[in-house]
Amino acid sequence: MQLTLWTYEGPPHIGAMRVATAMRGLHYVLHAPQGDTYADLLFTMIERRGSRPPVTYTTFQARDLGSDTAELFKSAAREAYERFSPEAMIVGASCTAELLQDDPGGLAKALALPCPVIPLDLPAYQKKENWGAAETFYRLVRALAGPRRERSRRARRSCNILGPTALGFRCRDDVREMETLLATLGVEVNVVAPLGASPKDLTRLGDADFNVLLYPEIALTAAQWLERTHGQPFTRVVPIGVGATRDFIAEVARLAEIDPEAASQVEPSRLPWYARSVDSTYLTGKRVFIFGDATHAIAAARIARDELGFTVVGLGSYSREFARDVREAAARYGVEALVTDDYLEVEAKVMELQPELVLGTQMERHIAKRLGVPCAVMSAPAHVQDFPARYSPQMGFEGANVIFDSWVHPLMMGLEEHLLAMFRDDAEFHDGAAPSHLGGKQTPPPAAPVASDIVVVWAEDAEKELRKVPFFVRGKARRNTEKFAAERGLETITVETLYDAKAYFAR
Amino acid sequence: MNALSPLPAMGAAGCEARPIVQERGQREVFCGLTGIVWLHRKIQGAFFLVVGSRTCAHLIQSAAGVMIFAEPRFATAILEDRDLAGVADIDDELDAAVDRLLVRRPDIELLFLVGSCPSEVIKIDLSRAAARQSKKHAPRVRVLSYSGSGIETTFTQGEDACLAALVPTLPQEAPHAPPSLLVVGALADVVEDQFARLFDALGVAPVRFLPMRRAADLPPVGPNTSILLAQPYLADTAHALEERGARRIDAPFPLGVEGATLWLRAAAVAFGVTEERFDAVVAPARARAERAMRHYRDTLAGKRIFLFPDSQLEPALARFLSREMGMEIVEIGTPYLHRRHMASELELLPPGAPIVEGQHVEQQLDRCRAARPDLVLCGLGLANPLEAEGFTTKWSIELLFSPIQGFDQAGDLAELFARPLNRRARLEV
Ligand code: SF4
Repeated sequence: MQLTLWTYEGPPHIGAMRVATAMRGLHYVLHAPQGDTYADLLFTMIERRGSRPPVTYTTFQARDLGSDTAELFKSAAREAYERFSPEAMIVGASCTAELLQDDPGGLAKALALPCPVIPLDLPAYQKKENWGAAETFYRLVRALAGPRRERSRRARRSCNILGPTALGFRCRDDVREMETLLATLGVEVNVVAPLGASPKDLTRLGDADFNVLLYPEIALTAAQWLERTHGQPFTRVVPIGVGATRDFIAEVARLAEIDPEAASQVEPSRLPWYARSVDSTYLTGKRVFIFGDATHAIAAARIARDELGFTVVGLGSYSREFARDVREAAARYGVEALVTDDYLEVEAKVMELQPELVLGTQMERHIAKRLGVPCAVMSAPAHVQDFPARYSPQMGFEGANVIFDSWVHPLMMGLEEHLLAMFRDDAEFHDGAAPSHLGGKQTPPPAAPVASDIVVVWAEDAEKELRKVPFFVRGKARRNTEKFAAERGLETITVETLYDAKAYFAR
Repeated sequence: MNALSPLPAMGAAGCEARPIVQERGQREVFCGLTGIVWLHRKIQGAFFLVVGSRTCAHLIQSAAGVMIFAEPRFATAILEDRDLAGVADIDDELDAAVDRLLVRRPDIELLFLVGSCPSEVIKIDLSRAAARQSKKHAPRVRVLSYSGSGIETTFTQGEDACLAALVPTLPQEAPHAPPSLLVVGALADVVEDQFARLFDALGVAPVRFLPMRRAADLPPVGPNTSILLAQPYLADTAHALEERGARRIDAPFPLGVEGATLWLRAAAVAFGVTEERFDAVVAPARARAERAMRHYRDTLAGKRIFLFPDSQLEPALARFLSREMGMEIVEIGTPYLHRRHMASELELLPPGAPIVEGQHVEQQLDRCRAARPDLVLCGLGLANPLEAEGFTTKWSIELLFSPIQGFDQAGDLAELFARPLNRRARLEV
């Protein structure tokens, strides 16, 4: 039993819904009680979809238990087929129906519907949303992709784009950005799936020469199967950030056997120049904490350190399936990975590390807001704000432009930060003033607890001097000074101690 | 001075004359867990611990508007494989979860263990667990249980189950206590205060409210208590209160000027308030409400509305919209129709519009499309898809989250229905 306030991921059947809703001509019959229909609003409200997810729920009630829940499932499946005439159906159970053991797959088979029916087995008490999406997509691909076929060598090499789903973080725009990039490179896109694909399209997957894997959380299993069964290699680099996009282009060029020079046709990102321009100097060494799904978190760390000159002080993910990758990445940044789906643990970590910027999900946005730390959202779980009206990809060079803006925007602007340090006693410029372009008030983060046996006290003048340190680094200054004093057995911190510590910790 | 006398029954237009259709099929309605979203804000000092699955946790989180509160007064104890397989002892696990919670939240005075579909299906005895934990944590925390499961409760029925669980814990009214009034059903604090002032002016006293605002302030109940339902979905709570000797005052629900008048009047009759006093007290509020509503009537009159089932408020809303706003009702969906509690509403409803109890969402959508109403009241899962088809919609869940009862909210209630139409009219894109 796990005590939970908020969850990063829904149950696995929500993952299946994200795949089904992304596709055309597929229908999902879900054995579930009425309350589970709440899932529709994720798509209609958060993503603002103009149509209902293609899901029929059996909505069994207590009075059906033990008598005819199986019959209910059969009639729901039959009716769904008649009403929607899908090209293919997926059938499965949500958490409650799993306990009834009605076997939706077997029941649907007995109906002998005139379309492929793919049973899903998504253990609701073990697995979560992304796993459910990956399993669903894999089952669909396996059932529909057909046997391996001979591919003639064509002048233009072709690929499939795998992984974008409904309710995915910026999937809509990432796909467009990648299609443009691949077209510029002279690579043809055979099928994009699941987003926008029909079951019939999935039968054509084997025609491509290789796969572009955009979201490993969703499509790694399917890509691996296609590699084994259809001999299609797939890309390992996820093109988020300038460096990763360049690596991705090189990888595509290799897989497609095209001249890497073709890459010179691709419109470059503005990020490298913006990061070099002098107004960005103040970004140097900003301490960032990163948490999200594995793919976005790992990509964010690389951008943060190598492309914006930040310092990564924490890196974590709720994607347990990718814990190893997150740990490897964290090791590269000299931090310990935080792999958890407990948001309270994440909050504790943010409080402990006192970063100057948080890159996370909507949950971290709340944590950061509460602690008065600037934050940018860069990963699912998605919120209505994560479906902007404008074109706003995360991937490719345009994605890097978007990332530059959205990560830098929440921070204090450079000169403003300097003025704040100079005129710290000005009434309107006092500590806790938020960046002027963000308007609001800001509360400084609470001081982190100091783990030490020695009780160090601050002399009054030292305390006063500490208050002159800009608020966004004050917590760190306090911590460092106390640590410095404790290590030296000093019981009172004077102004001298404060500056000694400052010199000691200077980088 | 004349004592108020009950209004004569309306006769012919009553519920006999009205077709009530039962429908079975896919329901597109939340489960009773959703009530936690408003109850956890209403009862201070109370905390709701759902014993359920990740789906249940995800539902409440999504219904709560996706993470509005950093530290909500609800949580989920998520069942895992080891609980189901019997590897872990569920009682021990649950006790440990409660212990952890109470350490983290020392402000909890009243804890509800809320059952879900999975906990019902595997037959976790939450009432026993609650009794055990109540004993363990007394007197600091009282622990109660109820079910909000989707196999037993629909949306607002979760509040009914919660309040019904509270009833046995209410103190017994003193043997010779004077008659008292208990208003039952969650209302916004501002609405509660307005009603309290009106009752005071009428000389109806003492008046208490259930749910109470503070977990510790339990209203007493007994044979001298009259109950007045402020919400139409309280079948079990009313029953439990009646078991304790309380008498239910029959009335329509306090939506719109007419609803609020008749609702207050029914209480006034029971408490022997004179005609003159009633009119004197209610007249200014009525006049204010009429003024506030007049403007929206121009927008709504003559328009046709289709109500999908959601909160059980639908018949009362239809009564308000047809009689006070001049709307034409195409269909009144409701997840459940409590014929006795709804009797006085049904008498007021103009004949014609069918009431459909239960749901087959696809067939209902077909009927709605065929009827092409000017306005559709429906849940969040249907609203945008219907808008995309060219319909104008009003989200039903807003009717639970906003203050709509009483005279001073009658204008706001009308506005909630007029706004989508006004918006449609404004947009040129
Ligand atoms: S319908 Fe049942 S399983 Fe679904 S969220 Fe509600 S209580 Fe949980």
